[in-house]
Amino acid sequence: MLRVESLSKTFGKGSTNEKIALNEVNLSLQEGEFVTIIGGNGAGKSTLLNCISGVYEIDEGRIILDSKDVTSDPEYKRSRHIGRVFQDPLKGTAHDMTIEENLAIAFAKGKSVGLQSGVTKKDTTLFKERLELLDLGLENRIKQKVGLLSGGQRQALTLLMATIIKPRLLLLDEHTAALDPTIARKVLGLTHKLVSEEKLCTLMITHNMKASLEYGTRTIMMHGGKIMMDLQGEERKDMTVDRLIEQFEKRSGAELDNDRMLLG
Amino acid sequence: MSVMVLLGSIELGIIYAIMALGVFVSFRTLNMPDLSVDGSFVLGAAVSAVMSLNGHPFLGLGIAFIAGCGAGSITALLHTKLKIQPLLAGILTMLALYSLNLKVMSGRANIPLINKATVFKPFEGIILGGYDYSKLLFSLAVLTLLLLLLFLFLKTRLGFVLRATGDNDQMVRALGVNTDLVILVGLALSNGLVAVAGALIAQSQSFVDVGMGIGMVVIGLASVIIGEVVFGVSSLMRRLIAVILGSILYRLIIAFALEIGMPPTDLKLVSAVIVALAMSMPILKKRFL
Repeated sequence: MLRVESLSKTFGKGSTNEKIALNEVNLSLQEGEFVTIIGGNGAGKSTLLNCISGVYEIDEGRIILDSKDVTSDPEYKRSRHIGRVFQDPLKGTAHDMTIEENLAIAFAKGKSVGLQSGVTKKDTTLFKERLELLDLGLENRIKQKVGLLSGGQRQALTLLMATIIKPRLLLLDEHTAALDPTIARKVLGLTHKLVSEEKLCTLMITHNMKASLEYGTRTIMMHGGKIMMDLQGEERKDMTVDRLIEQFEKRSGAELDNDRMLLG
Repeated sequence: MSVMVLLGSIELGIIYAIMALGVFVSFRTLNMPDLSVDGSFVLGAAVSAVMSLNGHPFLGLGIAFIAGCGAGSITALLHTKLKIQPLLAGILTMLALYSLNLKVMSGRANIPLINKATVFKPFEGIILGGYDYSKLLFSLAVLTLLLLLLFLFLKTRLGFVLRATGDNDQMVRALGVNTDLVILVGLALSNGLVAVAGALIAQSQSFVDVGMGIGMVVIGLASVIIGEVVFGVSSLMRRLIAVILGSILYRLIIAFALEIGMPPTDLKLVSAVIVALAMSMPILKKRFL
């Protein structure tokens, strides 16, 4: 499904601020796998997602999506097969446009963008149906500007937009980290629902150790631009948060630097 | 203010409103201040004048639009493909257009169109109370047509994507659309509208001067901002109409300033002050109110 082969990325190459963000990362995802990614700050989690989605050009390696080499494809081309939700709720939607207009742009993914009507009655009916799934009452506010929504509502909407045309791969970059705990839980639940119903192949970065084991089918841990641990099957089922932290410290030789990771 | 001056200002405001709509597309919709406007305005005027000299004033409006689109495309390509900052890309196009405009005008700095065929000629003679309404009515018809077309365009799928690009280009790329292409379409459309305004001004005053574009982008911005502040931004149609009313209001302010004795040479200074004041409104409100 997705294959990342010896992917390397260094920022500020040759300067005094040179930082190796990814160091020969190999990762392979099967159809329908839901992988959670954990790791401290600067581990390379976000860089990995940004390299897969094409935001960053990579230094070395290959990215293969659906047995097609997409390494040299620009971001917008890859996006036709990849859905994304960012950490910042402001990044996923256009605040000065209505809910309906935002969904219409997402729904046009992969279709020709020309002088067709931006949103038809049929589209609106479909959008309302999909919005009802969120259980946030947004289906009654379809003509309102997205700028009026709260962070959690915007994130839920972005999630819907990322999946309204079924993507081959869904990338979630700490999409609940900027939300308050109650809303974060709700958005996580919604993520679980959408991903399992559509059997979406998903990579989700999280700071929440508990969530990393609770959701998904596989957990990988990154440190210093490498994948340190890859938990699946029985081994993952028996894993607890405490043992995960212990394993992390043993394998990386570092103390967990982030209190946020322990919470939840 | 006499009725004549009032009507004259409204007439100018209507023509310049077409330019203001163009500036709205780049400045508000794409969120990109585009300075090529000063050049594409004259380009439209020059093209239209040359076409008038050859007896095709109406065709001249269409060709002016296409020429403006071309100028906007150059700015877009400088920005998207060569990664030049939007402001500088616009300045480069504006500078290059100065020479190009002189070429269009066969090396002359100005072209008079007295007694030549203009778009207003066929309608002349709609006189009421001593004022010839032909220019006002024809310009209003062109403006209304362009307003409707622009509104409908912004409601298409491409229009949605254009508005979203100015709002959040990262999202648009994440949804599989090439934002470079969207910026190209937007700046082409914007400068096309500006060139049509330039053409109509040339036809209206029967005169083209290579320097007539100086400060046009500022006047366009002034119209957009005045319109938004005075008439509101609640819906897309309302915003577009606000821009048009802003343009007319701007002309009335200038006419009033001239009336109370401001020397015409101070016009640009006053325009700059109006825009500076309008743009700093949020800060000024916070400080002093």
